[in-house]
Amino acid sequence: MNDILFMMAFPFIAACLLLVTRGDRARAVIAEVSAAIIIASSVWVAWNYLGEPQAFEFHSETVGLMMFAAEVILGLAVVGLGVRHRKYPAVALGIVQLCMSVYFEFVLKEGIETEHALYIDDLSILMVLIIGVIGSLICVYAVGYMRDFQEYHGGEPDRRPWFFFLLYTFLSAMFGIVLSNDLVWMFFFWEVTTLCSFALIGYTRTDEAVNNSFRQLTFNLVGGICFLAALMVMASEYGRLDMVSLLAGDSGERWLLLIVGLLAVAGMIKAAQMPVHTWLLGAMVAPTPTSALLHSSTMVKAGVFLLLKLSPLMLTDGDPNAIGYMVMSVGGITFLLASMAAISQTNAKRVLAYSTIANLGLIVVCAGIGTPEAVWAGIMLTLFHAVTKSLLFLCVGTAEHHIGSRDIEDMDGLFTRMPKLAIIMIVGIAAMFLAPFGMLISKWAALTSFVDSGYVLTIACLVFGSAVTSFYWTKWMGKLAAVVVRGEECEGTVRPQEWSVFAVLCVLVLLCVIGYPLISEHIAVPWIEGAFGVFHESLVPLLDVENMYLVLIMLVALILIPLPFFGRTKRRVVPNYLSGVGIDNNTYTGSMGATVDVTLRNWYMEDWFGERRIGRIGEAVTLVVIAVAIIAVAGGFA
Amino acid sequence: MSDIEAIILALVYLILAPVAGCVLAGVDRKLSARMQGRRGPPIRQPYYDVRKFMEKEQITSNGVQDFYVACYLLFVIVTGCMFFAGMDLLLVLFTLTLGETFLILAAYCSGSPFSQVGAQRELYVAMAYEPILLLAAIAFYLQTGSFAIGDIASSDGMAVIPLIGVFVAFLYALTMKLRKSPFDLSMSHHAHQDLVRGMTTEFSGRTLAMLEVSHWYENIMLLALVALFFMDGTWVGFAVGLVVAVLAYLLEVYIDNGFARMKWQTALKSGWVVALVLGVGNVIVLLLM
Amino acid sequence: MSYAKRSPWLLHYDASSCNGCDIEVLACLTPVYDVERFGIINTGDPKQADILLITGAVNDQNKEVVKQLYEQMPEPKVVVAVGICACSGGIFRDCYNILGGVDTVIPVDVYVPGCAARPESIIDGVVKGLGVLEEKQRKMEAER
Repeated sequence: MNDILFMMAFPFIAACLLLVTRGDRARAVIAEVSAAIIIASSVWVAWNYLGEPQAFEFHSETVGLMMFAAEVILGLAVVGLGVRHRKYPAVALGIVQLCMSVYFEFVLKEGIETEHALYIDDLSILMVLIIGVIGSLICVYAVGYMRDFQEYHGGEPDRRPWFFFLLYTFLSAMFGIVLSNDLVWMFFFWEVTTLCSFALIGYTRTDEAVNNSFRQLTFNLVGGICFLAALMVMASEYGRLDMVSLLAGDSGERWLLLIVGLLAVAGMIKAAQMPVHTWLLGAMVAPTPTSALLHSSTMVKAGVFLLLKLSPLMLTDGDPNAIGYMVMSVGGITFLLASMAAISQTNAKRVLAYSTIANLGLIVVCAGIGTPEAVWAGIMLTLFHAVTKSLLFLCVGTAEHHIGSRDIEDMDGLFTRMPKLAIIMIVGIAAMFLAPFGMLISKWAALTSFVDSGYVLTIACLVFGSAVTSFYWTKWMGKLAAVVVRGEECEGTVRPQEWSVFAVLCVLVLLCVIGYPLISEHIAVPWIEGAFGVFHESLVPLLDVENMYLVLIMLVALILIPLPFFGRTKRRVVPNYLSGVGIDNNTYTGSMGATVDVTLRNWYMEDWFGERRIGRIGEAVTLVVIAVAIIAVAGGFA
Repeated sequence: MSDIEAIILALVYLILAPVAGCVLAGVDRKLSARMQGRRGPPIRQPYYDVRKFMEKEQITSNGVQDFYVACYLLFVIVTGCMFFAGMDLLLVLFTLTLGETFLILAAYCSGSPFSQVGAQRELYVAMAYEPILLLAAIAFYLQTGSFAIGDIASSDGMAVIPLIGVFVAFLYALTMKLRKSPFDLSMSHHAHQDLVRGMTTEFSGRTLAMLEVSHWYENIMLLALVALFFMDGTWVGFAVGLVVAVLAYLLEVYIDNGFARMKWQTALKSGWVVALVLGVGNVIVLLLM
Repeated sequence: MSYAKRSPWLLHYDASSCNGCDIEVLACLTPVYDVERFGIINTGDPKQADILLITGAVNDQNKEVVKQLYEQMPEPKVVVAVGICACSGGIFRDCYNILGGVDTVIPVDVYVPGCAARPESIIDGVVKGLGVLEEKQRKMEAER
């Protein structure tokens, strides 16, 4: 158990070190060495504890008290900051939460003791690997990126020690969330991630950043209050406060269903589902490593982790219960509408953000369906999304620093300006929606389980959402792939840390393709067997996926065969046809002999898929769904 | 279906599909000419065209275009072979999307305004028909309990009766998939288009030949998908499927000649309405049954 | 017989024609004349064309265009000048802006006179062009 405690505590120690380090060199060394240690310790923990779930006895009054004290201090800080920036909703929610947690601590929690504070199983291990490996890689990337960032924003005070402190603390808190059995602990870490991301989003302290960080905080405080409310119900009705006994409960009972519902709402808020998806979009103002971290390995993944964990309770006697339907509906609607909104975006980071929201929606649906097949697909989606999305975010960050824009339109012909980066980006995009990459295979499994669940809303959402998804990815890919001679090649100044992180992530993307059956066999399937009490035979449809997988490997081979010919031709190269007045591929002679540039813009269909319109529809519908479900459960109608 | 049978069927497709596809393309041109009161070219005309492309001087607009088109051909063939080997229908559709993506990249990569606008239109149309294809796969699954084409083809009773809505929707999508007027937005075999030759503007010589051959392969596979609605494991089902597939193609030729091109908005709106009403409607009925 | 001869694709360019010959070129595609019988397709893309069919005389404005269209066509290729203006400049020959027939800019293989050229003679000219096309194809293969 000590290795687990070390893994949880070490990032925080590194964070404290980084907080007091000023020099660039020293920071780079500490950040990189501690990232290596985090990766090593998470792989070690994964290796050591894979297999049987284990709970660890850990009980200490002091730790509990310290957590409570930290919670109160952070709560007061929130209230203070809110007052200073005149964000009164956040202040109000902060005060409500403070009162609730004091009441909970001194009245309801009295006499309830959780012996096994920590718990590890295969799902936690998968999350540990995602957080440890991908999270640390993003931290390494941040070292080079933040140097450029500081040069770019030369006039501003250097707050990088604070930035790195937050990044590493975030990792600690995430480890805490996925490894806590004691729900009070989990709640503490949950709140820490909220506050860390609050501080990270507000890092640049511009008005926009402050506004967006408070939006994030407000929404997540609502989530926190839901979480706390669930704890209060659980303490007063069941007298227990641990995950294991929660999962052992009977979802037919009204109070348990209410607990699950409240926790699910907390999870969906954290996973940036509609109606609160705007907090994740607002997070785009932060430096790119923040967005990469929030989107791929931490924060939002905490939300889906909780939902996947609760997924067995979304079924009652084999059928989805009210909460299951609520989660499915919200996830499905979010998937469809967020994918649509992505079409209307020119800002690459916002496209990525919408795609994250959409994919999380898909995972949320999987959790809501709650059948072993669906949850299996959800787990696999979580993993592949983390790897691919982090790669894409980091690519966009690097492109932004070198071409001076994160607009997709400005990435026209990136293929000629930053060839290597463009190819990495194309691979990343392809990995998001094309065969034979993991995302698509998991989506395939998800589709199958959606159909099996027989809930027509999610089927329709998935079908239309997939069509929309390929649209916005392909048009971006096309922009990148265009061979236009405009602008110099500017790839030379990309920092070595960035290249090495790209290399590792690319390898990870490919490893995920090759290691797909292994991950399924050794992590996902055993966890599902444990959590659902089903045996290997009943997971046959899942193993079918592995057969399918052989075919996909063949597809990979087929792509690789012609690859040596990529970019070479013996043919006569003739400039583009520009109605006979072309000068070269991109210019032509216009009227009066003027030289005119050919410029092309993608279509964004603002009238159809404008985000304001789509967002309003989504917010209204999902809000109604959630309200109806929670009221029905609390009132005992469901 | 045994493995050997599957391999034989895939091989038969590999060898015969281009022949059949070429004949169909020839019939298409002949028939179109007759509908317009002309004599039209010989049936073998598409074959002559392709041979001519092979003979011509090879030119290209950049070094990567041929790679993308070659991948398109490759994946169309793979898709067809997987289909005839009776594999998973969803996987077949996904592989087809992969091939399609390569074609779109080929059109984008030249940087030519004509082919890029063509590629964008192709994307719209793909967005319009994709839900129908997926819904068709789902409906087959709900009806027969399997996504495997082999199982679907040998299931009891013709699937078309309970899947009639999906079948009609699929015919609608077929017009888009075959790039027939009124939905030949991205490129067209008709003379004089607003976008020169749309996506194919920068293709010539062998690249164009590869594209033509991929169309032959793809068309046969799409028609086989039409026939799949009628397959019930007997010779009767097979024969009916074959006849209906040919009739469907003739219908498409008729529509092609009978309609002017429509706006992309119409393609998207109508495609989605058809998918929603006929496709999702039919799926709801199947779920209730 | 080479395949080029069985599937000649046309690129029709109006240099500075009065539209008389253009109408007649298009008439060749109509059911009455139906040149698609010979596998002829009227394409707009030089990269896919075998025969460049030009109507009207060449002037200062479009000489570069004609040259570029010609250059963008893959070998073997044939140029057919349709109408007397394309052949020699016709009645516009002495205009200040007219360079003369198409052959002042690019090599022409077949001349189809007439004002306007009749569809029959246009078809005749194109079919004559097919012979040249085949010859060029042979030559190209021999060089290879």
